[in-house]
Amino acid sequence: MFEALSDRLSGVFEGLRKRGALSEQDVSEALREVRLALLDADVALDVVRDFIAKVRERAVGAEVLRSVTPGQQVVKIVNDCLVDALGGSGAVGLDLNAPAPVAILMVGLQGSGKTTTSGKLGLRLRDKSRRKVLLASLDTQRPAAQLQLEQLAQRAGVASLPIIAGQRPLDIAARAMDTGRREGYDIVILDTAGRLSIDLALMEEVRAIRAATNPVETLLVVDAMTGQDAVVTARSFNEAVGVTGIVMTRMDGDARGGAALSMRAVTGAPIKLVGVGEKLDALEDFHPERVAGRILGMGDIVGLVERATETIDQEEAEKLARKMAKGTFDLDDFASQLRQITKMGSLSGILGMLPGVGKLKAQIADANINTKMIHRQAAIISSMTKAERRTPDIIKASRKKRIAAGSGVSVQDVNRLLKQFDDMSTMMKRMNKLGQKGLMRQGLAALMPGGRGPAGGRRPF
Amino acid sequence: MAISGFFSRLKQGLSRSTQKLTEGFTTVFQKRRLDDAALEELEERLIAADLGTAVAARVIGNFRRTRFGKEVTDPEIRSALAEEIAAILAPVAQPFIPDPAHRPHVVLMVGVNGTGKTTTIGKLAHGLAAEGKRCVLVAGDTFRAAAVEQLQVWGQRAGAPVIAGAQDADPAGLAFDALSRARAEGADLLLIDTAGRLHNKAALMEELRKIIRVLRKQDASAPHSVLLVLDATTGQNALAQVRVFKEMVEVTGLVVTKLDGSARGGVVVALAEAFGLPVHAVGVGEQAGDLRPFQAADFARSLVGLEDAPV
Ligand SMILES: Nc1nc2c(ncn2[C@@H]2O[C@H](COP(=O)(O)OP(=O)(O)OP(=O)(O)O)[C@@H](O)[C@H]2O)c(=O)[nH]1
Ligand SMILES: Nc1nc2c(ncn2[C@@H]2O[C@H](COP(=O)(O)OP(=O)(O)OP(=O)(O)O)[C@@H](O)[C@H]2O)c(=O)[nH]1
Ligand SMILES: [Mg+2]
Ligand SMILES: [Mg+2]
Repeated sequence: MFEALSDRLSGVFEGLRKRGALSEQDVSEALREVRLALLDADVALDVVRDFIAKVRERAVGAEVLRSVTPGQQVVKIVNDCLVDALGGSGAVGLDLNAPAPVAILMVGLQGSGKTTTSGKLGLRLRDKSRRKVLLASLDTQRPAAQLQLEQLAQRAGVASLPIIAGQRPLDIAARAMDTGRREGYDIVILDTAGRLSIDLALMEEVRAIRAATNPVETLLVVDAMTGQDAVVTARSFNEAVGVTGIVMTRMDGDARGGAALSMRAVTGAPIKLVGVGEKLDALEDFHPERVAGRILGMGDIVGLVERATETIDQEEAEKLARKMAKGTFDLDDFASQLRQITKMGSLSGILGMLPGVGKLKAQIADANINTKMIHRQAAIISSMTKAERRTPDIIKASRKKRIAAGSGVSVQDVNRLLKQFDDMSTMMKRMNKLGQKGLMRQGLAALMPGGRGPAGGRRPF
Repeated sequence: MAISGFFSRLKQGLSRSTQKLTEGFTTVFQKRRLDDAALEELEERLIAADLGTAVAARVIGNFRRTRFGKEVTDPEIRSALAEEIAAILAPVAQPFIPDPAHRPHVVLMVGVNGTGKTTTIGKLAHGLAAEGKRCVLVAGDTFRAAAVEQLQVWGQRAGAPVIAGAQDADPAGLAFDALSRARAEGADLLLIDTAGRLHNKAALMEELRKIIRVLRKQDASAPHSVLLVLDATTGQNALAQVRVFKEMVEVTGLVVTKLDGSARGGVVVALAEAFGLPVHAVGVGEQAGDLRPFQAADFARSLVGLEDAPV
């Protein structure tokens, strides 16, 4: 349903292969597509508007480099602007420079992941930063919220403030800071109840908590799936408590995550961390360049295409990327891919462009793709009729015999190839199902037949 | 149920949530010709309410056909647009009605993390208890910290027994045992809570399917309702959530929570168009009484920022 931006733009620039500078008109048309792509990725309307203005400024008059199409050039400019808007390359860490005990205040809407993230932070600060951490729940609203944090603290191996039933949030905060001072904690993480940005009474409460505890970090925890409301939430919390950093949770989902851009634009606060799962170790630094590709829905297909153009035919590469994104793939495509592989020499190069393949690389190398085998496979495919190549399902026993004879191989070889193709189209279908984001999150492991990584599964190639 | 308190609370919530959009509309549409520029702004307003670009364009496209070029005042235009949207929503506005033929009517509550599944079970049990129905709750989230205790509190509030297992116990086994107990006790409803799970996690979706398979060993028609709980703050990803959950566990209806916030849940319009699944109820707060039937006209009016929505 979401087309990759590069796809959309290649449509816009079809037939427009002229060189030179990008004209106002080229850019305007392209930016209409960029706008839609960003809105479909849940970037808030106002933020999109400002962003588009910035891109326009940078794009009009920009030289189209010799080696790329105007569409690719625009994608590159959009991507660069997006990385900038998300905070530039590199991660921004937590600021813990203050006399102990340092308070970290967690705020956000209901169910955004504050309590879980508090537990994750506890673990991270204990393990990586070797700090003595105290977790304290100020949530007296949600049933069993304090118990939830206590259990998470246990799992993380950090202390939690003893629960006193009936105590009010502000009093709990004071007790937490007091305990932190008396018992020599480095860090006190204050988890608060979820609250709506329009709930004035509760916003006032969190303001008071902030004033009383003077946290060095006030982290706004937001769900990566958040829609247009992201700006309202970000603005209200920022005005009430002065957000110093943003945590995006559920980045292990397949949402485009446009809320990241909205939140950053509204608060000016850096996105410091991302949650990538429910377990306590599923907390990572935020990398703008990765999220930019995700928002644009391109994965690293831009990189893939760019890399491919160095060695292989440009049109073929674009077609491949498109087919991969769409998940339509027949034996003709398989054959043309085989041809490209021989040209590129190694598959791992192209696969290396996709995130999450690190672990798989060794296995791919093991697969030992040899050119002779590929030539044989190409021969088998070329012995098929057009209909057979388009719908391989019709290839039954007698057709197999004919194809084997035609290409000088055994029926087993034909079977092997069909099986390989089958695995491959399963992979493409999964890729389609997962979307670019799923692919980025789970990496190629998610595509492997069998579902969960290469162990025991068959190879897709 | 204290109906009046219930209503005023919702009204509070809704009027707060519409304030913002209302401001936008009033400035945009004071006595104005409904021309291209006006329609474009209107379309943007719908996008800002999470309808998505495609649905917003379609709604405005239909609208343009009938109204283009007319001189219109602000309330007129909003009412007309609300009617347009209400027509899309009307077929999916279907209250949740348990089937008394099933004893118990088995409800499986599913959804991504943190949307409000556990809270909605609590609210449902509370409302059903007020109607004299006997509910049994099942703490099928054996994964998340204190999920069981959370449901137990809700059980107490609703006066409903809660069946729970050990931490990390197999939820399918637990559901199976709970169903036998509920059958033996002649309960009216069995409400099964499940752990939140992202729809792109195949293994976790498979776990849900297993719960269903196991329930069917006892009652081939169970679960009688599979309710997908959506958070109104969610943007376009809600479409992917519904698509996958529907495909994997045959969702029978939706509940949209957190409509008391500033998010307007416009993606529901896109969902109605794409899937046509019933929207049974909306969550409008964190208390037991804060669940009410989904009303197409009211929802549509609140989407376009009509303050006088007769809630
Ligand atoms: N998949 C995934 N789930 C997450 C992530 N972070 C939190 N969750 C889940 O989201 C749900 C809600 O998390 P909580 O930590 O309870 O959220 P909260 O903001 O404290 O909620 P309230 O206190 O009720 O406002 C739980 O099921 C968590 O396991 C994440 O990064 N990925
Ligand atoms: N304002 C508001 N908050 C709600 C509503 N429904 C649920 N919540 C809150 O949202 C948070 C998460 O609710 P839960 O019921 O724990 O959500 P869940 O889907 O069971 O979460 P997991 O089991 O962790 O996946 C809690 O703080 C609830 O009080 C609603 O309609 N309005
Ligand atoms: Mg919490
Ligand atoms: Mg729950």
